[in-house]
Amino acid sequence: MRTQPVFMTFKKDDIINFVVLMTLAFIIIPMTVKTDYWYTSILIPWLCLSLAAIGQQIVMGYTGQLALGAAGFMAAGAFACFNLVLRVPDLPFVGALALSGLIAAAFGILFGLPSLRVRGIYLMVATLASQFFIIWMIDKFGWFKNYDTSGIITTQDIVIFGKSLTSPMEMFFVLVVIVTVLTLLAMNMARGSTGRRWMAVRDMDIAAESMGISLLRTKLQAFAISAFYCGVAGALFAFTYLKSLEPVAFDIKLSFKILFMVILGGLGTINGAFIGAAFILLFPVVLNTVGNNVFHGSIDATIISATEQVVFGVLIIVFMIYEPLGMAKLWDSIKQRLFGRNSKESEAPVDQADVGKQGS
Amino acid sequence: MTEFLFFIEVVVGGLLAGTMYSLVALGFVLIYKASSTFNFAQGAMVFFAVLAFVGLMELGLPFVLAFFATVFLMFLVGYFTERLVLKPLMNQSEDTMLMATIGLGFVLEGLAQAAWGVEVRRLDLGIGDFPIPWIADSTGLFISALDLTAGTVSISMIIGLSILFKYTKMGLGLRAVADDAGAASSIGIPLKSIMLMVWTTAGIVALIAGMMWGARAGVQFALVDLALKALPVLIIGGFSSIPGAIVGGLIIGATEKVLEVYIGPFFGGAIEGWAPYVLAIFFLLYRPEGLFGEKIIRRV
Repeated sequence: MRTQPVFMTFKKDDIINFVVLMTLAFIIIPMTVKTDYWYTSILIPWLCLSLAAIGQQIVMGYTGQLALGAAGFMAAGAFACFNLVLRVPDLPFVGALALSGLIAAAFGILFGLPSLRVRGIYLMVATLASQFFIIWMIDKFGWFKNYDTSGIITTQDIVIFGKSLTSPMEMFFVLVVIVTVLTLLAMNMARGSTGRRWMAVRDMDIAAESMGISLLRTKLQAFAISAFYCGVAGALFAFTYLKSLEPVAFDIKLSFKILFMVILGGLGTINGAFIGAAFILLFPVVLNTVGNNVFHGSIDATIISATEQVVFGVLIIVFMIYEPLGMAKLWDSIKQRLFGRNSKESEAPVDQADVGKQGS
Repeated sequence: MTEFLFFIEVVVGGLLAGTMYSLVALGFVLIYKASSTFNFAQGAMVFFAVLAFVGLMELGLPFVLAFFATVFLMFLVGYFTERLVLKPLMNQSEDTMLMATIGLGFVLEGLAQAAWGVEVRRLDLGIGDFPIPWIADSTGLFISALDLTAGTVSISMIIGLSILFKYTKMGLGLRAVADDAGAASSIGIPLKSIMLMVWTTAGIVALIAGMMWGARAGVQFALVDLALKALPVLIIGGFSSIPGAIVGGLIIGATEKVLEVYIGPFFGGAIEGWAPYVLAIFFLLYRPEGLFGEKIIRRV
């Protein structure tokens, strides 16, 4: 079996998509979007959470391991980054970011170990351990928080090439660059032999093992890479969006949110991570706007947040029943209808093999 | 001597608190046994049921009436779940069902909050959370009356349900469905009504668990997180075993308390939050199917 990854190949469609997205990010958005609100409340958290969703996607969508601890790894990444910037003065921010991703990856390997023995709901419980343990550890050992007693720590400024970033637009650009690099990497892995191994394990792990795929390597690799993405996402989330560090921000609710992004966005697709994250972030905003503008505040905030929960829940059930491949598949179908056969060959069908059909 | 008494007290308190976890776990087991569906929404059902119960009491319904109204509500929840979630997803993989029940849990949590609001409510069952005087006098042990009641209720429910499963025709039908739903329905076992019955029973169990938890900690959203602790209980006891739920609950309850009291102070406390999960991981490494569960056999 070949072990070195296949290097990225790309088609015309990929280049077109890439160019379109980059133009959108670097030219169109900065020219049209002027208010800080859009950057600080929508675009920045969207990119951060999309990155975390890619991490969740790798372990759940591609490798088929039900994990529910993304927020724990995000917390590990965020606090690692804080401590690295604080304690290692000469380290550039990107270096700190990469290192905190690696620290999160170490946790990923540790808590991914049970996946060698168990799957499904059993694994979910094992990964919950990581969620609760990491948050508790950060909370209880003052060193991680630099012995800050107020509970809320302000993050340091992001310094890149000696210049500290302050405006939301600059942060957005940095995020776009980091997210683009990591997304391309993830797509490369998913399309290459690494991703093929993940998917083989997802579709039938025993069969994959008897074909010579090392379950130990493949699963732990998926957990490590997933946790790396979550760790980097967590650090970025804290440094660019929250601007503060508190373990509570990374509680189990965030893990559920990321899980929903992946399920609704479409399991086993990279673009699903972005679509899902956009939906989970935007829907409450839309709901609040409707609540405030159409009903002029006559609806209680409790009702609005409850509605949000009900809608997410109903959507998950509906998607499980009618479109287990999520919004990414819906998007593909729409594209196909609009552009005809042109886009039909753009996505290899193997990438979206049904996650739901495994096991039993 | 007092050292030892204190240890006994911690263990007994832990065991009794553990039976509360068992109650929540019992609901999971019931549904898992009947449909091999892991119902992640059980925690939300606990919250939903007890919130509805307290809400109805606030509307002025007497205790018994509120109880049966809530039971009927849980029957409706079961009915709609069967019709709208389980039936369309029949023959799907366990993972798909699991994700769908996560969705169901969110729906129930949202509905409960929309209907009754988010503030913490007090639930007074007439049983105080204070030490029982005569036990304290005779043995020197401080054991909470509420803990003792919860323990008694859980154990009697578990015995009752075990008898129901083992010796009644309904229980036999249920076990047949659990074994092979297709074969069971082909010999005329009414699949639908069995499912409905199981979900209603799980709803009643959820209500009772919620009442016990609510009387201790108030009826609030945190109940959902507490219910998550039933997961390690299930891992230790096995997903398909009713006695497993109680043994698992006892093990988790006692270990959690002992660790918290004796080891916790060295790490700044609050290790209760993750200790059960880590304990579950160790059990997983040695006995993935749990103490009482059936061995998992997987084929290509």
